[in-house]
Amino acid sequence: MKQDTPYTPYHPRWHRTRVSTYWWLERRSYFLFILRELSSLAVAWFVVYILMLVSAVSGGDETYQRFLGWSRTPFALFLNVGSFVFVVLHAITWFNLAPQAMVVKVAGKRVPGFLIAASNYAGWVVVSLAIFSLLLIWW
Amino acid sequence: MSERITLQVARYRPEKESEVHFESFELPCPKEWVVLDGLNHIKDNVDGTLSFRWSCRMGICGSCGMLVNGEPKLTCATFLAEYAPGPVRVEPLRNFPVIRDLVVEIGDFMQKLARVKPWIVRDAEKPLSDGEYRQTPDELENYKQFSMCINCMLCYSACPIYGLDPHFIGPAAIAIAQRYNLDSRDEGAAERMQILSEHDGIWGCTFVGECTKVCPKHVDPAGAIQRYKLQSAMEWVKAFVLPRAAQ
Repeated sequence: MKQDTPYTPYHPRWHRTRVSTYWWLERRSYFLFILRELSSLAVAWFVVYILMLVSAVSGGDETYQRFLGWSRTPFALFLNVGSFVFVVLHAITWFNLAPQAMVVKVAGKRVPGFLIAASNYAGWVVVSLAIFSLLLIWW
Repeated sequence: MSERITLQVARYRPEKESEVHFESFELPCPKEWVVLDGLNHIKDNVDGTLSFRWSCRMGICGSCGMLVNGEPKLTCATFLAEYAPGPVRVEPLRNFPVIRDLVVEIGDFMQKLARVKPWIVRDAEKPLSDGEYRQTPDELENYKQFSMCINCMLCYSACPIYGLDPHFIGPAAIAIAQRYNLDSRDEGAAERMQILSEHDGIWGCTFVGECTKVCPKHVDPAGAIQRYKLQSAMEWVKAFVLPRAAQ
């Protein structure tokens, strides 16, 4: 048997069902999974957007104002609002899945999954509030 | 509750058919009957040529996994009355080649299972005179969940990644590898990591999570895979930051 043949070739009449190209539409959980995978593109876009912002700021006032102007266009607004929704989905699904990947023990006892997820959410809120208060101070 | 129920059973007889088709059978539906009882009723009273696997009838042997209304289930633990008035569609497990009717080819899984060395690996066995390898309840607890796997392959049937890429080693094999890695008596974790850190191993999993949802024994294969990934990533970071300590 060849090494890359997954099944023994002795029976020529096995029936194999081909996986549909649209398999991800067959179940709600598969569809949500695909949305979660796609949300990484939104995360990547925000990284690019921040780099563009930093570049615009370093380019002086005129470049910065031009960048702000572009950010107000319907296309940029649509892109950023859509990306924001996907980034929130990304964060929530990530935090919800974290307890499955992390085994934390305190005094020999395994910490329940909901506490791990809750601590992630708490960390998210604390960091968001810290950034928000910094913005308020600098405004 | 309905007294009778219709079972739509997938049939594939390779000597005369090239495609799967469905045959309907109307059955009694007592509340204590599971889907497997319905299939046995058909085989005993209606059509003796219907082929399917089963053995223990009590969720231990892992033989009777099939799709029930599209969901991977142990048919010995799925009550017919829950689907009344039906119809109930019974199909062979998804993602496996079908040999006949509801019987699938499981050789691929058996080969993958053997690859992860599902046994206790020791560098050196201690002599019998030294007694047994003792374990504390906490040490047992570390791997007990993963040791509940009955190799029923429902997780492979639920995993779209395995469906798309049959080379992926799959959820149960990784969970069972983790069962031995976490066993305080085992010393084979490094050997298994060599196998599972390959392209078709843990990194093939994209955490759809369906394997955990369908597992009749609450093994949580998706959790086992993610823990494996975390462990592998930590070892890589350690080797990167402290190359000498990792050797």
